[in-house]
Formats: sequence, structure tokens, C-alpha cells
Amino acid sequence: MAEKRVVITGMGVVAPNATNLPDFNDAIRNGRCGITHHQELADLNFGCQVAGQPEVTDEILQQYFSPLELRGLNSSGIFYGTIAGTDAWKDAGLSFSEKENPDWDSGIIFGTGILGVDKFREAIQLIDAGKTRRLGSTSVLQTMASGLSAFLGGKLGCGNQVTTNSSACTTGTEAVLMGYDRIKSGKAKRMLVGSCNDHGPYVWGGFDAMRILPHNFNDDPTSASRPMSATATGFVPGSGAGALVLEEYESAKERGAKIYAEVLGGAVNSGGQRGGGSMTAANNTGVQRCIKEAIGNSGISAGKIDVINGHLTATTRDATEIVNWKTALGSGKDNFPYINSLKGMTGHCLSAAGSIECVASVLQLKNKFIFGNINCDDLHPDIQAIISPERVPIKTKEQPFNILAKASFGFGDVNAVVVFKKTVEK
Amino acid sequence: MEEKDLNAQLKNIVEPYAQNKEALLKFNDSSHFIQDLEVNSANLVDIILDVEDEFDIEVDNDSMEGMLTVEDAKKIIRQKLQEK
Repeated sequence: MAEKRVVITGMGVVAPNATNLPDFNDAIRNGRCGITHHQELADLNFGCQVAGQPEVTDEILQQYFSPLELRGLNSSGIFYGTIAGTDAWKDAGLSFSEKENPDWDSGIIFGTGILGVDKFREAIQLIDAGKTRRLGSTSVLQTMASGLSAFLGGKLGCGNQVTTNSSACTTGTEAVLMGYDRIKSGKAKRMLVGSCNDHGPYVWGGFDAMRILPHNFNDDPTSASRPMSATATGFVPGSGAGALVLEEYESAKERGAKIYAEVLGGAVNSGGQRGGGSMTAANNTGVQRCIKEAIGNSGISAGKIDVINGHLTATTRDATEIVNWKTALGSGKDNFPYINSLKGMTGHCLSAAGSIECVASVLQLKNKFIFGNINCDDLHPDIQAIISPERVPIKTKEQPFNILAKASFGFGDVNAVVVFKKTVEK
Repeated sequence: MEEKDLNAQLKNIVEPYAQNKEALLKFNDSSHFIQDLEVNSANLVDIILDVEDEFDIEVDNDSMEGMLTVEDAKKIIRQKLQEK
């Protein structure tokens, strides 16, 4: 059986700088930063007191959850994921299945790093006080890793695979590739893929303790996240969710669905925590192999990549990532693709980062722009030494392009690279 | 406690969990929580917790298992109130 082509027919996003798709498009085009100071973090003696947290009001929640669903709901990842997931589904022109029969051809792969932390804290406090019976029915559903995919599965009525993946900061991009594989091999016609991450001190505290977050921008939150900048001092923690509806090309055409872009291919691997790789650092050979493999199975040559949306978190590793791209692509200083990082505007949304950034990548392809890197007017000298500074746009470039490569790398030395193409001929 | 008040209080508690809104309009002693009102069985423990808060009583597991209809619930609530 011939392999199926896979296209993107719907998207949804809840990010620190916008809580719906049109606003997010404007936000990234205009360089709007969603990082703010959090008094709660200051009160708790965090070194880094700035973070990216989507502004989801009660009014918004009421549009997505019934009063019963909202009772005792205290899982920010479920809030974000439900909004992004249902928005993507509706954006694709799909409806919720009727009462008796699910849509057997549609599935969900929605990843997370950790879910329902605040709910879990509630439960711990009740259990420690000897009041386990007071937990009610919702504790398990909000804290199990698959809580969100299960919730969305029921809401939409999906009868194909419904699951949750987890691979740290690679999660969202990995979910895209898992859904892509499933459709390509003919096992599903549509897959809602994405990822979410909870917000708050209990999620971010561990990173603060590792001293990998910036502590010198507490009075200037919008300048705190500085990917590729000489003055970058660490990543700003974030949260949110991104979601994409992947669909078999023939199915999308049959439905007359709008098509954002095609998923040409991609790769996931691990550096095995060997060759310089570790739990927290990447084996550069692993990263380069992942990039090359993604290009190879996309059926393109390295020179065809116009834009890279990097992982680029605003740590000392940004320059290393660019060396890896340059080596893998075999490009020179001047013909290196344009490269940008969303994290200047959102911070690092952890397990939600990959999916939010895939949405940002596809919006650029579809709407013909390359968003500017905010907080990068002082490009790191190590980066200037290897690529021409104009390949790192500071201001948004309004121009069409064809192919974008998106990468995510995560703790555990895991890598994912996906290749998106704009045009769908025939 | 007045029968009418007890009915109203209980209906108020059950309302958010009842998926069959028509059955809720006909809320009476014989209403079955799962079959008529279409309460998700997992939510029965939440109804119990709400009942406990409302009446300041504790409903043990054995009593809970016998609570299938509105009449059952009222019987248990009255009994627990008397035991207080």
C-alpha cells in the first residue's frame, strides 16, 4: 500500500502571549512578549520570578467546559490542552461525534510532562490529613498523565488510538511525528496531536533549583528570555498548549478542508547520553543525525530548507545548536537558512513548547512571514562567528517561503525534528 | 425537616451532575440517580460529599451503596441526622 500524504487542517494554541490562533498569529508577527513578573514566585523566594503563563479567564473556561466539568477542576494543563485541542478540531471544520458512535478513523496523541500538579497538591494535603475519602471522583482523572487525551477523546468522540506521549521538551514535536506516522501508514485518517504543560511554582521550582533560569531580569520581564543573545542567562519557564489536526491528504481534499501545510517528514532519536550527551545535555552527533534523517525522509536536499524554527532556549547551548544545524545541513556562513526562536516571546513552555512552536512554524509558512527574534539585538559572538547575522532576523520579514524545519530537544538527550512544506499541489 | 425542603436541597445538589435535564424536571422519590437522572456513576461519590457538606453528616460506604434513588438518599440523610 502506498504511503499516505499527511497535511495539517486545523490548529489551536494557548500561549503566554495569546490564547487563540488569530491573536497568536498577530502576537508572533508583531513580536509581542507574554512574559510577566509573578509575585507568587517572589513570595516563595524564587531566583527567577518571571514566567510565561497564558491569561485564561473564567469567561473563556466557561466556553469550553460545562459547569459540572469545571467543578473541582484544578489542572492548568487540562485547561490549556482542552482549549487548544477543541479549537484545532473546530478550526479543521470537524464536529463532535454523535452519541452512539465514535469516529473510528480519528485519534489523539496529546503529550505532557506532568499534569494536574495543583490538583495533586490538593490530594496530598487531604491524604496527609487523613481525609482520603474527601478527594471525590476527579483526582485520578486530573492527575493521570493521559488525563487530557482522555478528556478530549470523550469530548470529541474519537475511536482511533487515544494516548499521551512524554519526552520532556521534545514532547510536542514528537506527538506531531507520532500522529504523522500513524496516518502515513494508513492506521488513522485524522490525528489530533499536541502537548500541554501545567504552570506554577511546583512545576517551575525544580528548574529554579538547577540554577538554569535567569535571575537578573525580575524587574524587566519582557527582556528576560533572550535566545541567541550575548546577554542570555537561562530560559524563562512557561506553560500552555498547542494542537494540530493532522489529516490524510485525500480525506482533507474530499472534505474540502483548508490545508495549512504538509508534513513532509521528520525524525526522532536519542543521543543515548553518550559522546558528550547527558541527562541534561545533547550528544551533538545525535542532534546532527536527527536533522539529517529528518531531511532524508522528507525527500528533500538540505539546501531546500528556507527557515529553521530552533529549540534555542536562551542558554549557553544556543550556539552549539546552531553549529549542529550548520554541520548537519552542510551550509556555509551566508547560505544558512533564516533561523528564529519563539521562546523570546513565550519563554520555554517545557513539554508544551514543541507543539506551540509547531503551530508558530506553520503560521509563518501559511501566512508568509518569518517572525523576528525579540531580545536578540546583541547576537551572541559565538553565533556571529559561524553564521551571517542577517540570518537571525530581529524584525519580522514579510516574505513567502516553502520549507521550514522545526526542532525540539529535551532532557534525557532526546531529539525531534519535523519538516513542514507550504504548498500542496494537485 | 420539612419534606419539601429536603427535596429541594437534594435536587439542588444533584442538578449539576444530572445529564438528563428532563428527568430533573420530574425529580421525585422514585428518580433513580443513574438510570433516570443519568448521573455518571463516578460522580455518585461527589454527590455524597456534597450531601455531607450540606447536612453536616457522614455517609459511610455501606449506606452509600444502598443509595440508588432519591427516596434512598432521603432515608439515609434522615437517619444520619437523627443519629447526630
